[in-house]
Amino acid sequence: MPVGAASWSFTEDDYGAILRSLQQFLYDSNARSALLVDRSGQLVATVGEPPQFDPTAFATLTAADFSANDQLARLIGETEFNSLFHQGEQESMYLVDIARRVILVILFDNRTTLGLVRLKVKHAVEELTRLFAEMFQRGRDQANPPNILAGAEDEIDRLFQ
Amino acid sequence: MSMINYASREINCKIVYYGPGLGGKTTNLEHVYGRVQPNTRGKLISLATETERTLFFDFLPVDLGTIRGFKTRFHLYTVPGQVYYNASRKLILKGVDGIVYVADSQLERMEANLEAMQNLYDNMQEYGYDLTTMPFVVQYNKRDLPNAAPVTELQGALNPGWEVREPPKQRVTPDPYHAGENLIEQITSGEWVERAPYFEAVAVTGEGVFDTLKAVSKLVLKTLA
Ligand SMILES: Nc1nc2c(ncn2[C@@H]2O[C@H](COP(=O)(O)OP(=O)(O)O)[C@@H](O)[C@H]2O)c(=O)[nH]1
Ligand SMILES: [Mg+2]
Repeated sequence: MPVGAASWSFTEDDYGAILRSLQQFLYDSNARSALLVDRSGQLVATVGEPPQFDPTAFATLTAADFSANDQLARLIGETEFNSLFHQGEQESMYLVDIARRVILVILFDNRTTLGLVRLKVKHAVEELTRLFAEMFQRGRDQANPPNILAGAEDEIDRLFQ
Repeated sequence: MSMINYASREINCKIVYYGPGLGGKTTNLEHVYGRVQPNTRGKLISLATETERTLFFDFLPVDLGTIRGFKTRFHLYTVPGQVYYNASRKLILKGVDGIVYVADSQLERMEANLEAMQNLYDNMQEYGYDLTTMPFVVQYNKRDLPNAAPVTELQGALNPGWEVREPPKQRVTPDPYHAGENLIEQITSGEWVERAPYFEAVAVTGEGVFDTLKAVSKLVLKTLA
């Protein structure tokens, strides 16, 4: 059995459910925007005010930040830091783990408070954890890994001529 | 961990450039950055110090084209060279889909090359990833320098091959990049071995840089096919 990193995928329905959950959270918490980033640094979704920065770069740095903090946690004898908080003068960010596979990043300013964000995020985290657990389970249940490129060998060869 | 997004019709894959410090990993990414159309790449990010160019990682996202209506987006990372940054090296490998090992061809860097290769195997193993069954290519860089070791010597030391045990794989498989050479073959002891595809490069001029990137990207996409 080849062991590399497993691949995973999500459908438009998954995506819709993720967006609905995040939109509800933004509405309840008054946060500006929310981003979902997978642990390897890939951006999954963005909702709320469109960010004024490069979201791909942001996602990569977020994953690195979270991984580095995981290691820091281990050094001091914790298994993980489930959430991280970075406070700025105007803008702050709160990062929280979802199912050990993705990171939810919340950007907020003084229109709300850390307390409210934390309170409201609990529900979103539960919902997203369930959604992602289903998505990953589905990935494992599939007899074959995602094969959208099945039979595309020639096309792949042509792409790299 | 390649991620397929059916909503935005994108395939995202992660490729890590690994190797000894100052071997030319960052230079590979800089060349790619300089050569691809600006609308097909993102920012080149470097977390670096003054003394070593890479502290945590360099990162460059590039789009390499569309297959079956899916945009193929590759996230290229480099790791820092010094062993004392091993914690960061390991973090970057999380979720990796393909590895490019960049060797420094200079004779006096042989030990550093070997150490980085061993370290790569060790770190991959800690994640439970098996380098011998995933997209993996080796680049011999700095071929322009007068003190570059012969490629056969580098191959013998860094890419001697691993044993192929499964009978169906025990078939002579030519190296598509080097006429007359094989990726899988039976050696004189009777053992079947497989080597990673290799490329010679001069990253400062860009020679071999895209050949390497294309080869590893192709291998990654073929794991999805
Ligand atoms: N002569 C020569 N120098 C190179 C080549 N590739 C990289 N370098 C130089 O080697 C040094 C280290 O390269 P860098 O990309 O920072 O190495 P990294 O530590 O692996 O990221 C830089 O001064 C590069 O200009 C090459 O092919 N030939
Ligand atoms: Mg570097």
